[in-house]
This record gives sequence, structure tokens and C-alpha cells, in this order.
Amino acid sequence: MSLPATPIAARTAIDTLRRIETPEGADIALRLAGPVPRAAAFALDALLRLGAYLLLTPLIAASELGLGLLLLMLFAIEWLYPVLFEISRGATPGKLALGLRVVHDDATPVAGPASLLRNLLRVVDFLPLFYAAGLVCTLIDRDFRRLGDLAAGTLVVYADPPPRRASIPQRPPRRPPRPLDAETQRAILDFAERSNRLGPQRSAELAELIADDPHAGGGAALEQVLGMANWAARGR
Amino acid sequence: MKQQQFEQAHAAQWQRLRTLLRVLDRGTAPMAGAAAAELPRLLRVVSGHCALARSRGYSPGLVSDLQLLAEAGYRLLYRPRPRWPRRVFAFLATGFPRALRRNAALFWLACALFFGPMTVMGLACAADGTLIHSLLDADDIASLESMYDPTNRKLGRPAQRQADGDMMMFGYYVRNNVGIAFRTFALGLLFGVGSVFILGFNGLVTGAAAGHLTQLGYGEPFWSFVSGHSSLELTAIAVAGSAGLLLAKALLAPGRRTRAAALRANAAEALPLIVGAMCLLLLAAAVEAFWSSSPAPAPAVKYAVGFTGWLLLGAYLTLAGREAADGA
Repeated sequence: MSLPATPIAARTAIDTLRRIETPEGADIALRLAGPVPRAAAFALDALLRLGAYLLLTPLIAASELGLGLLLLMLFAIEWLYPVLFEISRGATPGKLALGLRVVHDDATPVAGPASLLRNLLRVVDFLPLFYAAGLVCTLIDRDFRRLGDLAAGTLVVYADPPPRRASIPQRPPRRPPRPLDAETQRAILDFAERSNRLGPQRSAELAELIADDPHAGGGAALEQVLGMANWAARGR
Repeated sequence: MKQQQFEQAHAAQWQRLRTLLRVLDRGTAPMAGAAAAELPRLLRVVSGHCALARSRGYSPGLVSDLQLLAEAGYRLLYRPRPRWPRRVFAFLATGFPRALRRNAALFWLACALFFGPMTVMGLACAADGTLIHSLLDADDIASLESMYDPTNRKLGRPAQRQADGDMMMFGYYVRNNVGIAFRTFALGLLFGVGSVFILGFNGLVTGAAAGHLTQLGYGEPFWSFVSGHSSLELTAIAVAGSAGLLLAKALLAPGRRTRAAALRANAAEALPLIVGAMCLLLLAAAVEAFWSSSPAPAPAVKYAVGFTGWLLLGAYLTLAGREAADGA
């Protein structure tokens, strides 16, 4: 990776972004989910389970075969519901609704063994009542892992953001007053890509800060900066 | 190289990877040969482009585009693809007994914590008919006695459940017993206290019931009922206990690792044990519901079946998956 290691570590220390390098040399960014969205996902799942119980109650009235099936289903809902969904979908329906995924700590989708472990150990996270242990553990751990996640080596992360690609508005290229270093060039290109969404006044305001002619006001400054962006992206 | 030239030069490859991901992601069918062979190469190329684009200061939009593409490719390439039938068979044939033999010391410790209190309490309750009151209240004892009343049509079920069917009892046994095994395992994370308590308490109750019923003269219905599934059920609880003790060991005696690292390793090692315990208990529940409760076979037949069960289970756990290199 061309970016030096220390700045990445320094940058990630204060937020919930974790970078993982793949064997192919790409940097994967994992955006960790904290206790609040996870609790909301759990509440949604609890509602779904409740619905499943209600759907199953007619079995009580049925024959003893139905009762036996009911008890087996209760067992499955109590213990295996999260495992089945995590293996097949990557997360339970509650987590999916909140845009969360369960992944191994190398960013690959969670598989059977880790999923089973983290969900069996949920019993301990639930202690002494209502997820107290799990909550304390997620708040202490810098990756928001509860005890089950620590033992299984899993993380709960946000799913991919939608692609945010926007094209750079076409302008006649304009040579910058001095050569741009990579950081500045990136900032100017970033600004150009986002200028459509910023609104004319705000983008003019920002452009005035970096335009090479300090007296160019508003629209003219914006044109200058977009020209520099075109020069950086396309050349003359 | 300017960004635009870069994009023009490589856009075709990026598009190819995008198409490939869409095709391969659909369904879980095995990847088509030619397309699958292309994936690792394309992923390496695109990962390289992503790093290049970032270091050259190309626009963040392009970098994040390439990054998302590389991430999606990584997730697909390294997606777990278990072959279930083969994996389940391999686990039962070799994986589980081997895992148990690797952790034989903890298994014997769990056995001592479970069968020790059971034996002591059993002998004590057989000698003293009132001792069981120290453990269970009067209602529990009455229900226990009604389960093994020699006049029962169905063995092992309290009077009000005599009419319940075998299938219902199967569901009940699965939910109850597998739940106990799972809790025995998970509560090992409380520095072992949970596992030790569940093992000891269940040992005490089982022993008390056996001793009490025997001294009451209900010995024959009781022993002929439990003999069939006893090997599977009791062993499974001890196995679940040893899985819990593995977690406890990671916290109490992590050795030359941090506690977190030891927990990771021991939890992975405990998983085959708890899954194996679950399989044993499913089998035990079937035997208990459909065979043990039936009053038809003579007690001698049931004892013979129970004894054979212990022999077979012992042979399975000590011999299955054994190789010259195993050395266990």
C-alpha cells in the first residue's frame, strides 16, 4: 500500500473506521456499528420472533404431533434463528433492515462456526439481565465487540455505502499557479466532484479560498478551481 | 499519467470485473470454470489500480469506486463455501471424536464434576429416604414419584402427561436438554463458575432421583426407562461441560497468550465439542421419546440395549477417526 502506515492508524484511532489489507493489496474499510444500531436491530428481531411465536400458536390446538413440532420450532427460534440468517444472508433480518452485516475480522462474510459461537455465547452477553454484560463489553472494546464477538472473532459493520461517483464538470483546463501535491490535487478533485451537490453560493464561497486570483469573486473563482480540476484530471 | 487516460486505459477491465461479480454472485451454484479462473487475476489487477489511483491523488470519487469494486471482489473470492453433506459426515466420523480426545483431560474433569456428585448423592439418597427433600421441594418429588410409578402405562412421564404422545416428548426433550447443554457451554465464560454449577447441580438432582426411587422400590421402572438413553444423554452433558471448561481455561490459565487470544483459540476448539454434544442429545431425545418410555420390552432387554449403548458410544469416542499419527 502506498499510503504510509502510521497516518492511517492515527486517522482511524478517533473514528469507527477500520482498515484491513487484503492479500491482493487493496485496503478494505470497515465501518463498525455501535451498540445503538445493534440494540435497534435486536429489538426488530425480537418483534419478528414474537410474530413467529404467534404464527406457531395454532399448533397447540393441533394433535400431539403439532405440539412436538411446536417445541422443536421454539428450540430453533430460541437458539438457531440468528445462525441460520447469518449464514444464508450475512445478518439477521433486523440487522439487514438497519444496513448492518456480520463479518469475520478479516472482512470476509461470516461462516457457520463463527456464527454459531457468537450466538451461543449470547447467553453470557445477556447476563445479568437485558444485555448488561454485552453492553459494557461493546463500550469497553474499541471495535464494539460483545463477548460472543470476541470469542468468535467477528465484527458487526455497516454494509457498503452506495457508490458516490460523480463526474467532474467539463471546463477548459487551467494550469495551477504551482505544481499540486497529491493531497491538494485530491482535495481539488473532491471539491469538483461534489460541487454539483453543494449549491452555487457554498461552492463559490469554498472556491474563493483556493482560487489563484484572490480578487476573483464568486462564480469566477469557481470556474478557476473547476478549470484546475480539469487540468489535474485530463491534462491540457 | 492523468486520471482521464488512466480511466480510459483500464475501464474495460473494471467493467469486466463488475460483470463477473454480478454473474458469480447470483445463487450459490459452483462458479463456471472459465469465469471463476478469471476472478483472482482481475481482483489483483483492480486492487493494484485502486492503490495506484490513491497514491497518484486521483479524484476521491474514482478511488472509492475502485475500492468498493475491490471489496466486493474480495468478499466474493473469500466467501465461505462449505460443502455441507460432506462436512457433516466428516465431522461425525472423525472431527468430533478427535476433538474430544484432544481435550481428554478437561473431559475427565467435567465427568468428575458431573458423575461425582451424582454418585455420592445417589448412594446417600438410597440410604436415607428423606435426604431428597434437601434438594427438591415436595411437588417436584411427588411428580418424580408419579413418573416412575410401577403402575404407569408409559414410563418416565408424570401422571397428567400419560396421554401425551412420543413426538411431543421428543420436542420437549430436545428443547430442554440441548438448551441445558448450550447453557453449560456458554456460562463457562464466567470463569467456569456457570459450567461447574450446572454440571454439579444436574449431577446432584439426577443422583438424588435415582437413589430415592430405588429405595422407594421403583427401581425397575426407573432403571429400565433411563438405561436406553443414559449413555448418550449423560455423556453429552459432560462433553458440553468440557466445552465450557475450555472457555474457562482461556480466562484462568491463558498460558503464553493474552486472554483475548486464548479465548479465540479455545472457543474454536470448544465448538466441535458443543456441536457434538448437540448431536448426541438429539439422538438421546429420540431414544428417550420413542424407545425408553415404551413399556412393552422386558426390563432385561432394556438393560441389554442400554449396556450396548455405553459400549458403542465408548468405542465411537475412543476409536473413530483414529490414525497411526493420532496417538491418542
